[in-house]
Amino acid sequence: MIPDIDIMHFVILATIIFTVGVSGIFMNRKNLLTILMSIELIFLSININMVAFSTYNQDLLGQVFAIFILVIAGAEAAIGIAILIVYYNLRSGIDINLKPRMQG
Amino acid sequence: MLFSTILFYQFSILLILSSIFVVFSKSTITSAMFLIFAFVNASALFLMIGAEFLAMLLIIVYVGAIAILFLFVVMMLDVEAKKEYNLKKYVPVLSLVSVVFVTQIYIILSNSLKPDEITGKAYFFLKHHRMPDDISNAKAIGNILYTEFFLQFQLSGLILFVAMIGAIILTLKESDNFKKVQNISKQVFRRKEDSIEIIKVKSNKGLDV
Repeated sequence: MIPDIDIMHFVILATIIFTVGVSGIFMNRKNLLTILMSIELIFLSININMVAFSTYNQDLLGQVFAIFILVIAGAEAAIGIAILIVYYNLRSGIDINLKPRMQG
Repeated sequence: MLFSTILFYQFSILLILSSIFVVFSKSTITSAMFLIFAFVNASALFLMIGAEFLAMLLIIVYVGAIAILFLFVVMMLDVEAKKEYNLKKYVPVLSLVSVVFVTQIYIILSNSLKPDEITGKAYFFLKHHRMPDDISNAKAIGNILYTEFFLQFQLSGLILFVAMIGAIILTLKESDNFKKVQNISKQVFRRKEDSIEIIKVKSNKGLDV
């Protein structure tokens, strides 16, 4: 427990990181790998929320659930990278703007 | 202000800055490096707050496995440079997202401990797991994780297994250039009668093979 730091400090920190992660998804349409990294940032923000609430309510359930979220984030990152590799083999690039191919 | 408060603000500001640089940097490898930095700062925050098992788990799993996987992909694939970002167009959407997020958590926080009007019970749906003072964090989490949440623990292992199978199936390619295999015994046991046939060809008459 940090003195002078309230729970809302952690909530606002998690919100900022969540917003940065969400903005990374729709600002990086040229680069699929950065989209995956932004999704990892979103997972990180949720983990910060979980652990902060777990400590400020003196309840261990938040940390246990944060471990499960870590597992899911790892599995999702692995499958996302596998899909990225297949996409790269098909399209020779990791741009997911489909507009040039849908015209005509 | 105490030193730990200053340290909290330092780690949070570094975390926010590095996450902004993950999104807005020009090259992918810099994004991956700033992602690692963000994870390390978040792990430091977890350490300060008293969740040291989860802090180390973040370093081992996120930095040591997932971010290294991202670096492998960056090294393997040929990624072109990113263009400029049009931030002004997306400011209303982003502010809406963050306001909704904060409002939801604030509503939950302010209503979570009020008793229900009809039944009179407070909203304690889940059992409260006390954080003990005498044993370490890892031991306390282990006391809960392997007894009460054993089913969830096994299911998370199953999820990882399914993810591994999925990743392998997605990237497994059947090899289409077969290696020429020599059958040595077949070559050695070749007989003259099987391989050569001498045919007398009549002139002006072809050969019917």
